Amino acid sequence: MTENKQPIVEFRRVNFQLGAAKILDDINLKVFKGEILILLGESGCGKTTTLKLINRLIEPTAGEVTVEGKATTEWNATNLRRRIGYVLQEAGLFPHFSVAENVALVPDLENWDAAKMRHRTAEMLELVGLNPSKFADRYPHELSGGQRQRVGVARALAANPDLLLLDEPFGALDAITRVNLQKEFAALVKNLGKTAVFVTHDLHEAFVLGTRICLIHKGAIVLNDTPENFRQSDLPLARAYLETISTERNLAADGHR
Amino acid sequence: MNFFEFLRNNWAELFALTREHLFLVFVSTAFAVLIGVPLGILLTRKKSLQTPILGIANILQTVPSLALFGLLIPLPFIGGIGAKTAIIALALYSFLPVIRNTVTGISGVDAKIKEAATAMGMTDWQILKMVELPLALPVILTGIRVAVVIAVGVTTIAAAVGAGGLGTYIFRGLRQNDNNLLLAGAIFSAFLALVADFALGQIERVYSLEVMRNIAAQRKRKVVLIGASGLILSVLALPFVSSFQSRNPNQAAANQTIRVGSKDFTESIVLAEIMAQSLERRGIAVERQFELGGNLAHDALLSGQIDVYPEYTGTAYAAILKRQPLTDAEEVYRQTKREYSEKFDLSLSPPLGFSNDFAILVRGDAARKNNLKTISEAVPLSRDWQAGFGQDFMSRADGYAGFTGAYNFDFAKQPREMDLSLTYRALASGQLDLIAGNSTDGLISALDLFQLADDKRYFPPYQAVFVARRDKSEILRETFAKLNNAISTDEMRRLNYAVDGEKLAPKDVAAGWLKRKGF
Repeated sequence: MTENKQPIVEFRRVNFQLGAAKILDDINLKVFKGEILILLGESGCGKTTTLKLINRLIEPTAGEVTVEGKATTEWNATNLRRRIGYVLQEAGLFPHFSVAENVALVPDLENWDAAKMRHRTAEMLELVGLNPSKFADRYPHELSGGQRQRVGVARALAANPDLLLLDEPFGALDAITRVNLQKEFAALVKNLGKTAVFVTHDLHEAFVLGTRICLIHKGAIVLNDTPENFRQSDLPLARAYLETISTERNLAADGHR
Repeated sequence: MNFFEFLRNNWAELFALTREHLFLVFVSTAFAVLIGVPLGILLTRKKSLQTPILGIANILQTVPSLALFGLLIPLPFIGGIGAKTAIIALALYSFLPVIRNTVTGISGVDAKIKEAATAMGMTDWQILKMVELPLALPVILTGIRVAVVIAVGVTTIAAAVGAGGLGTYIFRGLRQNDNNLLLAGAIFSAFLALVADFALGQIERVYSLEVMRNIAAQRKRKVVLIGASGLILSVLALPFVSSFQSRNPNQAAANQTIRVGSKDFTESIVLAEIMAQSLERRGIAVERQFELGGNLAHDALLSGQIDVYPEYTGTAYAAILKRQPLTDAEEVYRQTKREYSEKFDLSLSPPLGFSNDFAILVRGDAARKNNLKTISEAVPLSRDWQAGFGQDFMSRADGYAGFTGAYNFDFAKQPREMDLSLTYRALASGQLDLIAGNSTDGLISALDLFQLADDKRYFPPYQAVFVARRDKSEILRETFAKLNNAISTDEMRRLNYAVDGEKLAPKDVAAGWLKRKGF
């Protein structure tokens, strides 16, 4: 459907090796504007490696990753990273920065003026459902896990990037908080017209958020399709994932629906 | 005189020494931090350097402090005697905790947080400045605190190279068998260490993550705290800066000044004081670099840090020229004078009139009980004795090895090697049974010790002389002539006792002697 448009991110025959170990093998992948692409797989399958290749936290051993049509290795790494929002598990907030300082980090690095930065910080906190007057001056350790994750999302959005990368951001949260944040996040990305690449090992999360699911196994993409088609897949690995959520859904239905 | 009277009488000097002590600790720690923290940061960036550099810092810290001071003396620029050398040695000691804690602190920052910082588009410098250093700060501060506490202790040794500080009292107390001096030096340096530990612990606490991220007001508090401690230290350090500078005059001034050195025992200090005051009475400016340990005085003379100091022909001949001991006093003097001139370009004054030979000492009551008069008579009794000797005696050619060989001593117990001045009190208190002291020592009669006669005439003569740099010998010639044969062995023993026994200041004892002699 979108094959003729230029992808925001494209992997072309990407390999990644750490010493002798082959982490990623011949990855080909396109991410288009407005998508929430889920990278799904078990721990160690290479999904986080795939994510880190996009903002050049690592560089491919062979092949190339392009962002907005330009290879990551040709981007100035700092500039590239500042125009991509990044959210990681446990939020990766700076413990010695207040909530406001954490959120304003990239704008501050980009030398925004103070008034604009303050306004933007308040706006972002509102956006993720945190009252700025209550939370701006708190420190990360004074927040709940869910609140920290909200701050992490606000920080990633602060400099208004088109692309967001998220590495299991909701993985450590309790079930209820996780479900709420997933729904809010899906709406947020849609409303803001952002593109997101989202790493998870949880198929349920993939279905709630994803517009496309990319199943990675042992460093290779084994399935890359819409959630609807994923449900119909005959692939044994996909079936195994689907079984995990059928039980989970039954349990969840008893719990809080 | 009890301890409190002593404190009342000496508080001014004690305060000055404490200030010197603080100054040395402060400046050396500042050096260690200014070099150690950047070096530690470098090590977190170039991990391959960690093993060699931390290894070197480790080795430096295992070098005994007195040895490190000694090693620095002959080096150009960084070496010599006085505060400069002490600061360098102290800084070398302080490196390890500072570097190690910088590395540990920065390496200990959560990898997730560093990853987030990189992913946000921070440059390496911004990550260091905004994330790693602030988060590593409590650990780095702990390293600095450890460095300061170590430095407060090691600084007591700095007195051996003439850097001053509370060690001056400790060394002097050991030498003069004076508990008040010892206590004052030890208690005050221990107190300094505790205060420094506490104060830096407070700073560390204010900087710790828990407190820092609580309330914004804490930020103000930590600024105040840092400022206050900085102010206190600089106020304490400032008055000493002027005296520190006067200790290291520029070359031009040094040419008109005679720098008199001394070894680190009473007799040497009294003789040096006699020399210094004689020169001052002639209107010559004098700078005192007293109380140099071991052979530091000789090294300092060779490297031009001092111009003249009192020495003994036997020491010069055996310990410095490394010649086989001779028993003929005249011959030793003649050969020493010639070789000093040829080898070191140093000149020897005429003999001062007394010699300070080795004296084999036992307790007075033991001598009376066993009716001992000579060393040979003590040999049969000595099997079960615990002997103790100064480091110097143990190592020199005419010392322990030759002495026990010549008299056929057979000690069942390994003799203790310890500080010479401590052997006297150890003998008097029964911890030791036989020591090798100095024949002019005032403590011999003060502690009721008995000198056994050297019936085999084993020990070489130790005539007292002054050694001087040749370029100063012209100025010194007149004083040398006046002091020739001016001090008898008895007189010297009395002078020593005036200091060690009667607790008079060496400068007053020297002044009294010069007055009596009509100089």
